[in-house]
Amino acid sequence: MDFLRPETLAEALELKAQRPDAVPIAGGTDVMVEMNYDHRRPSALLDLTRIAELQQWTEGLRVGAGVPYVRIIDELGAQLPGLAMASRTVGSPQIRNRGTVGGNLGAASPAGDTHPVLLASGAVIEVASVRGTRMIPATEFYLGVKRNALEADELITAVHLTPAAGPQQFSKVGTRNAMVIAVCSFAISLFPAENRVGAAVGSAAPTPRRAPEAEAFLAAELDFANPKPLLDSVKREFGELVSRAASPIDDVRGSAEYRKHALAVMARRTLGWAWQELLDGDKACA
Amino acid sequence: MRVNVTVNGEQRQADDVWEGESLLFVLRERLGLPGSKNACEQGECGSCTVYLDDVPVCACLVAAGQAQDREVRTVEGLASGDQLDPVQEAFVEAGAVQCGFCTPGLVVQAHDLLDRVPNPSDPEIREALAGNLCRCTGYEKILDAVRLAASRR
Repeated sequence: MDFLRPETLAEALELKAQRPDAVPIAGGTDVMVEMNYDHRRPSALLDLTRIAELQQWTEGLRVGAGVPYVRIIDELGAQLPGLAMASRTVGSPQIRNRGTVGGNLGAASPAGDTHPVLLASGAVIEVASVRGTRMIPATEFYLGVKRNALEADELITAVHLTPAAGPQQFSKVGTRNAMVIAVCSFAISLFPAENRVGAAVGSAAPTPRRAPEAEAFLAAELDFANPKPLLDSVKREFGELVSRAASPIDDVRGSAEYRKHALAVMARRTLGWAWQELLDGDKACA
Repeated sequence: MRVNVTVNGEQRQADDVWEGESLLFVLRERLGLPGSKNACEQGECGSCTVYLDDVPVCACLVAAGQAQDREVRTVEGLASGDQLDPVQEAFVEAGAVQCGFCTPGLVVQAHDLLDRVPNPSDPEIREALAGNLCRCTGYEKILDAVRLAASRR
């Protein structure tokens, strides 16, 4: 096995072009588990932790793929509240100190905590190779269980997100608050100025996925210009539509039936929290 | 491959390191520092927690090569000579040690918490230690130890 240690992104892309089989490693929270357990023996590891370009975020927002969760929470919580909420539910402090959104995207596990937020908030994934840079909408990034749209010579370089234009919420079901792989998860983003809603489920289908019917229903129901307390029937119908967008399986973490139920509950609750934030904001303005 | 890394303030060199090896393996098996414990090897238990460039991490999830030219501080590096760190003393005094296996990781993690948050609330302590498992069911004493250490710093 080779251990490749590029210092710059250009160098990393050259190496990845020469060695498409090299496995990129950043925080190591997925890759090292596979190494330690003999589940993976790549011909090379490509260490991305020395590349300064990947560890930065810039206004706009462009978040480098190597920015660890702890910095998203500490530095971007106000601009990206949904992503920060999801980041807080990742593993433990030690894991959040190392793990990155780029790694979440690279692993592309259906249970990855940040995916529903990226889908609900319209994130675009920036990937690069020696051939150039591609911008892939999150909706087109997840192709199957642990499969993403990356070509063999490409690396994930950044995630592009606009600062939250309205309330965002994230919810996750697990057996405890820390160290939990999601049984299922849900993210909602409200875009009041555009009369738009983003909603997506995690760990409830072969890939994380949006719930377009639930989004359309809610966008039609919500009166963003003149927000009033929501009817329970609207919350319930939204929950049902979110649940229907999922196609979960029975596995060690939970049954399909439970996941469907939990998604409806999470969708209803997070909608309530997000809408309340809007109502409170409205009061504060008045 | 060869890995050069500063460990507890000392420049160390490990030879014949396998490229897929963890920092934890290098510390324990090649550099003679068995303080960091090896249990789950998947970042679940926190017993291998060390500082990597002043940030607590699970050493089992750091590839050895990623530690090249970095600074590592293990539980062995917290005391100054025979003088234990206040966190270590508090663990002894509060009876926060039963079998002792989880202790090094908890000590490093608590040490980092108190560096960042000198007077942590109970929820803050619990959150900080959420990735460190104790199977002797000793969490209450561990919380006592962290509170005691905080009161003395």
